[in-house]
Amino acid sequence: MALPVTAVMTLSWRNLWRNYRRTLIMLLAITVGVWAMIFMTSLLRGMVDNMVRTGISALPGHVQIHALDYRSDPSISHSLPAPDAALLSVLNSPQVAAWSGRIKVPAMISSEQDSRGVVLLGVDPVGELALGFDLDDIIEGRFLEGSDERGIVVGAKLMQRLETRLGKRVVLMSQDPDNAIADRGFRVVGVFKADLESREESIVYAGRDVIQAMLGAGTDISEIAILGHDYRSPGALTDTIRRAVPAGREVLSWLELDSYLSTMMKVMDGFVLVWMVVIFLALSFGLVNTLMMAVFERVREIGLMRALGMRPSSIVYQILVESLMLLMLGLLAGNLLALATIFWLQEGIDVSAVSEGLEMMGAASVMYPVLEWPDLILANAVVIVLGLVTSLLPAWRAAQYRPVDALGAGWI
Amino acid sequence: MSAISCTDLCKYYQQGDAVIKGLDHVSLEIEQGSFICLSGPSGSGKTTLLNAIGGLDSLDSGEISIDGERVDLLGKAALADLRLHRIGFVFQAYNLIPVLSARENVEFVMQVQGVAAAERQQRSSKILQEVGLEGMEDRRPAQLSGGQQQRVAVARAIVSRPRLVLADEPTANLDSDSMESLMRHFRELNRAHKVTVLIATHDQRVMQWADRLISMEDGRVVEDVLQDGAKGRG
Repeated sequence: MALPVTAVMTLSWRNLWRNYRRTLIMLLAITVGVWAMIFMTSLLRGMVDNMVRTGISALPGHVQIHALDYRSDPSISHSLPAPDAALLSVLNSPQVAAWSGRIKVPAMISSEQDSRGVVLLGVDPVGELALGFDLDDIIEGRFLEGSDERGIVVGAKLMQRLETRLGKRVVLMSQDPDNAIADRGFRVVGVFKADLESREESIVYAGRDVIQAMLGAGTDISEIAILGHDYRSPGALTDTIRRAVPAGREVLSWLELDSYLSTMMKVMDGFVLVWMVVIFLALSFGLVNTLMMAVFERVREIGLMRALGMRPSSIVYQILVESLMLLMLGLLAGNLLALATIFWLQEGIDVSAVSEGLEMMGAASVMYPVLEWPDLILANAVVIVLGLVTSLLPAWRAAQYRPVDALGAGWI
Repeated sequence: MSAISCTDLCKYYQQGDAVIKGLDHVSLEIEQGSFICLSGPSGSGKTTLLNAIGGLDSLDSGEISIDGERVDLLGKAALADLRLHRIGFVFQAYNLIPVLSARENVEFVMQVQGVAAAERQQRSSKILQEVGLEGMEDRRPAQLSGGQQQRVAVARAIVSRPRLVLADEPTANLDSDSMESLMRHFRELNRAHKVTVLIATHDQRVMQWADRLISMEDGRVVEDVLQDGAKGRG
């Protein structure tokens, strides 16, 4: 027979507060541990989220369509025709948030002072803005005004390298489909900044129609970039688009296009679990110690309960309920503290002091905590499951006492 | 058939090079409804015998049966069930669970037995009134005197209506009045419900209440006599 649940709860609750100082210290440790698990994970998530978003906006899009050989040789000879009716019906469906056809070819840019290799993007500015280009990133001049814009927009770092300035003329040179040199003079109409210096140094925006004309590509494009609604799960959108494009095209999600970012996402999931388990391991020593002390202090009482007819399994049950109560209280406080901290810091934490290091990882200099419910659930599950597993040792020890020894009834 | 049958019980303890005889070939037959005192000096084996009968301690050899069931062959869970349903214990000290009130302590065994809350409350109120603790039901052990704590322990031991009550020096910390009151309860329980009561004691005053007096020395039964004029026999 076992004690009813209500009786076990009463006994456990009162036992918990017999030594309230010890219980409070343990509660504080669990609270801080749970807070660290949730809050630090949200910061890491925020950092990775930022890196992924930055990466996706640089691609851009969650899914891209290319000609089969384009990625190994991104020249204009591996281009695509404009989307047909079947593809357009998918691109204009609610599953797609935005899309745009772009020219993206390697090119050489020359100023009066210097020359540089760059990636030339022939874009429709409306589509580019819909894909995520932020007008606030324009720090001088303006962005392109149309596909037939005859000016170009370059990165601030590239401007420095070319030793040129807004309004000055530069020459862009690339290959046409017959591998002949195609070139044209452009005036710099805008300068942009980017989170990543490498992007500022290598990207040049120009009007799509102008570049198509320069390269003699007709209405062909290098890629179609498509933005879905959730970057975390681009699979369904990719499959839908794959079904709509004719053979000889490559449809890839950002996870396949940028293996660094997708690996980072996967590593992050594993890291979160490791991080939580490591924090818990530190906590577990305190938890075991607290419960062990509680058991040692109650040896005679445990002996009495055994003598009165409580089975060893009921003793284990009672100690585990006591541990569970301690864990639940700590979880409650830790969760509330973490949520409050995340709410308080939702405007972001400025870490510009270490921005260079962060930039090397592709992260921005302001960190935003991002709370994901699975992380919250994982932290709580880790504490409860591992907490109970850890508590089994003191509970088992308590159940092993022989009543006669525990009662200290003497041996004669 | 005897309520308790002990045959050739042996329990030895090693202390350094010396072997201490806790129980040395003890055999006893105890009828249902007996009121027995175990007497003898410290170290004579009284507590060891009580612990063995109650399934709290194991034996080196010998057999113990309660109502025909071999106690010495039972496993931990079965022993727990035996103690829960058939035996009431009163120990010399540390009898109560400190975090429970007097009423909760009395109800503890009934709770484990699965007795319904209403019946538990009714039985605990009645027994606490009988042992003179009316109005103290909600006090924790620390708020009760030694005598009051012992009375709560007795109430707990008998409230679940066991067949056998084992009491180890139950009056050791009590004044004369409390001792008298406690023994009267044991005797009343014994007389009204034919509960077998086995008390280990040094106290001559307690021995006056027993129908049968068993004296022990060095783990052996040295005397086993019936007392005709036991107190409270009625």
